[in-house]
Amino acid sequence: MSTSVIPPTTIVAPPTKSGRPARGQQRNPVLRGLFYLVILVLAFYMLFPFYWAIRSALVPESAAGDTPVQYWPSNPTLSNFGDALTGGILKQPLINSAIVAGSVTLLSLVIGASAAYALGRLRFRGRTIMMYAILSMTIFPQIAILGSLYTLFSKWGLINSEWSLIISYLIFTLPFTIWVLQSFFRTMPHELEESAYVDGASPFRTFWSIMLPLAAPGLVTTGLLAFINAWNEYLYAVSFLQTADHFTVPVAIVEWPPSTGSQFAIPWDHVMAGTVIVTVPLIVLVLIFQRRLVAGLTAGAVKG
Amino acid sequence: MKKPSSFAAGTIIHRGGFTLQRRQVRLAWLMLVPALAVLIFVALYPLVQTVYSSFTDEQFLGGTTHVVGFANYYNIFTNNTNTAASYPDFAAATILTLKFTVWSVVIEFLLGLGIALVLNSQFKGRGGMRAAMLVPWAIPTVVSAQMWKWMFNDISGVVNDFLMRIHVLSAPQSWLADPSTSLAAVVAVDVWKTTPFVALLLLAGLQVIPTDIYEAAAVDGATGFQKLWRITLPLLRPAIAVTLIFRTLDAIRVFDIFNVFFGSTIGKLTMATAIQNTIVSNNEVGYGAALSVVMFVIIAIFVVVYTTVFKVEQQ
Repeated sequence: MSTSVIPPTTIVAPPTKSGRPARGQQRNPVLRGLFYLVILVLAFYMLFPFYWAIRSALVPESAAGDTPVQYWPSNPTLSNFGDALTGGILKQPLINSAIVAGSVTLLSLVIGASAAYALGRLRFRGRTIMMYAILSMTIFPQIAILGSLYTLFSKWGLINSEWSLIISYLIFTLPFTIWVLQSFFRTMPHELEESAYVDGASPFRTFWSIMLPLAAPGLVTTGLLAFINAWNEYLYAVSFLQTADHFTVPVAIVEWPPSTGSQFAIPWDHVMAGTVIVTVPLIVLVLIFQRRLVAGLTAGAVKG
Repeated sequence: MKKPSSFAAGTIIHRGGFTLQRRQVRLAWLMLVPALAVLIFVALYPLVQTVYSSFTDEQFLGGTTHVVGFANYYNIFTNNTNTAASYPDFAAATILTLKFTVWSVVIEFLLGLGIALVLNSQFKGRGGMRAAMLVPWAIPTVVSAQMWKWMFNDISGVVNDFLMRIHVLSAPQSWLADPSTSLAAVVAVDVWKTTPFVALLLLAGLQVIPTDIYEAAAVDGATGFQKLWRITLPLLRPAIAVTLIFRTLDAIRVFDIFNVFFGSTIGKLTMATAIQNTIVSNNEVGYGAALSVVMFVIIAIFVVVYTTVFKVEQQ
């Protein structure tokens, strides 16, 4: 699954800023210039494809296939964005994806937070085995059960239904959520629970009224990661969904119907407008929650 | 593993006569039940079902299923590519997948390590660079595959146009159709998409290396290269191990980019696209299940090899 369910790692990542070797402030001007050149090339490689999608979305249909290629659109137009959104090619999939990713995130958080608290804070026999089982599930290859799920869902009439995705996406969101949250719970100070117990609170009440609210930042991070992973999933979506009205965003972007007039050509200007529309919200989300996401990505087995 | 709180649980008696310890155990299992039920239902049961199906000739909506013993496995290992039974050339798919895995993981690792080292030093624009890195990571894989497919377009793609402008190419190249460049094209997309993630993992590893080691080395007159080779890389080993394991496993399972670029084109199938095709397009659930089991075993072998190698090195 190249949607990469982000693996838990054994890395601790407190952002430190102290006394790093200051390569940017090299005294040698040649080395310093070279250093910034490398950085520029890397930034170009990472950002250019996205620039190109935007450029292609702004070029009017009549000039989409022009050669030589215009690197800066001479007559930019926003009409491609309108065309991509009207006609339901993208609108319905956006709604479908929001329903699927939203439900999966909610379910993973509710089920995952309770399991994570049990694993991270409560003492019981069999905890270590459970931890290993959950950890090994985070690298579970989704393709291994594609056939079984396909038959199972068809028996229940769930093929071509969003339910098939809401159920099956839990395979990768739930183990990951449990793993990251249990490490989060583990870092919280014991004094909180102890004083609650001393005051006569039951273990569940301690979890519900004290620990869970304090875990809100962890819930936000894992929730975001679960949402992004569910939003981006393609293998199950392309296998279980059959008609355009049920497609999620990734399937819709790939199976974009040819525009009327040219029967076989892919309408790249519309497709690129579509990719920009579905990508911009994700980029905004990621940039807003930058620090938290990086911490969530690299945390994980931290204090395991 | 850090021990959870060690206060005198069990001595505080609560309502109902249960000790706190016993109530904790009961609550723990109650809280685990939903997650366990879901995982057994969506992962464990289908996995068992897959193993069972792999010994049958089950077809999707295809009448009675018979147990055929090891026939499916026999066909896989003799690489039976009988087109009437729509068996894919799984040997070729395995080789292509492994080639893709080696190329993409090696390039991503080296590039990611370089970026992590750069980002770990202080320079103007570091925050901007870190934000720029998250852009490819945030874009859904299939969406980025579509973006690149358009860039690789034979006629009006920007890659051809650019390379012809700087006179690297004299005529347009069919990047995806030409067997000599198709793998490189896929690797370029995967490297673009995944290197930021590799760099972030390695960067997190770099940031926990205490700076005073470098200061001591500088006092002893160590060169920059010596610092990298003798301090940074050895101390980064756990992060490197984790990164390599998870990147390799992801690369072996690659589906999205190949499916967008090549669909079911003969000769351009990976293990995952071959299995998906066998099950969903050709309805061969039993044969696809056997292929899945083979792939599962290959992945397991990689996990065992990696963990042994890194454990041995650590001793």
